[in-house]
Amino acid sequence: MMHDHDHDHSHDHAHDHAGAGHAHPPQRDHDAGPMGVYEVMEEAVRTLLIEKGILSHAEIAVQMDLMDSRSAALGAKVIARAWVDLAFKQRLLADCRSALAELGIDIGQIAEFKVVENTPATHNVIVCTLCSCYPKLLLGIPPAWYKSLAYRSRTVVDPRSVLAEFGVTVAAEQTVRVHDSTADLRYIVLPMRPAGSDHMSESELAALVTRDAMIGTAVPAAVRS
Amino acid sequence: MRKTITRENAGGRAVHDVGGLDFGAIDRSEHDLALWEKRVDAMMILLYSKQGLWTVDAMRRTIESYGEQAYDDTEYYEKWMRAMRNLLVEQEVLGKAEIEAEMAEVAERHRKAGRSVPVHTVDWP
Repeated sequence: MMHDHDHDHSHDHAHDHAGAGHAHPPQRDHDAGPMGVYEVMEEAVRTLLIEKGILSHAEIAVQMDLMDSRSAALGAKVIARAWVDLAFKQRLLADCRSALAELGIDIGQIAEFKVVENTPATHNVIVCTLCSCYPKLLLGIPPAWYKSLAYRSRTVVDPRSVLAEFGVTVAAEQTVRVHDSTADLRYIVLPMRPAGSDHMSESELAALVTRDAMIGTAVPAAVRS
Repeated sequence: MRKTITRENAGGRAVHDVGGLDFGAIDRSEHDLALWEKRVDAMMILLYSKQGLWTVDAMRRTIESYGEQAYDDTEYYEKWMRAMRNLLVEQEVLGKAEIEAEMAEVAERHRKAGRSVPVHTVDWP
């Protein structure tokens, strides 16, 4: 992202001018780097909204904490439950909203969720060609690449080469099914339970499930005994 | 069927309709959000889901109306921030002039504090 480059750039300057013994400037990194015009816009709009009483510092902070607390760990918990409880898996595939409610997860009114199951015959992968629709509630903020023009454009037309870039090789006889998400319907992949995991507990299984496995750009590795 | 490859031969497609095009290799590196990006995310969600000032569809319509260059050259949360600005004006919550004035003030304050701040602004809408 361009902001990281800016950040590095300011460090380079510090090294150029500071000389030995003063390799790093004081802790002013984020204040000292060049400021983007959208960052200026954010501060200006936030200032006006708070001045007018439309938003408050406190509610912005609470919402930021809420987003920070959302991660793929929740999705992994759901997947592990589906691996150990076949009846739950069937309910999850048939009616995601109700099955998640059993686990105390409320997906809200913005969109429906659909779980798609990987099998020896079918590998699933999710994308949003039009924007960035994603099951944030279960996976957290989407990675930058999920929102990139490259991933959005190519996944629907050449999924095998996209998957190969992620190190996932799909056998020629295995069907690849690409699910193009919309604002109203977000998908999540139920990966195959890896070989060698028979002895593992539900929480140990959850630790095997990565964000990318639930996007379909990774496959949980076989467990070595 | 002719395979569409790039923007140049994408016919009459809308700017966001990129499925099936080819934008090259995927940069798979992970990025943490900057603080200002987290704030944009939080404010946007509060304004549409809690305050009900607009719907997610209105936000998408706004982003999809940027020209091709602005669409391709801006980062994700830059698109969101511009949409928030435009929608706040559309909904008559804020005015263009007060946003521009506040942006000038913010930029000046950071410049005085020794930070480099661009002089250009962002086109409307």
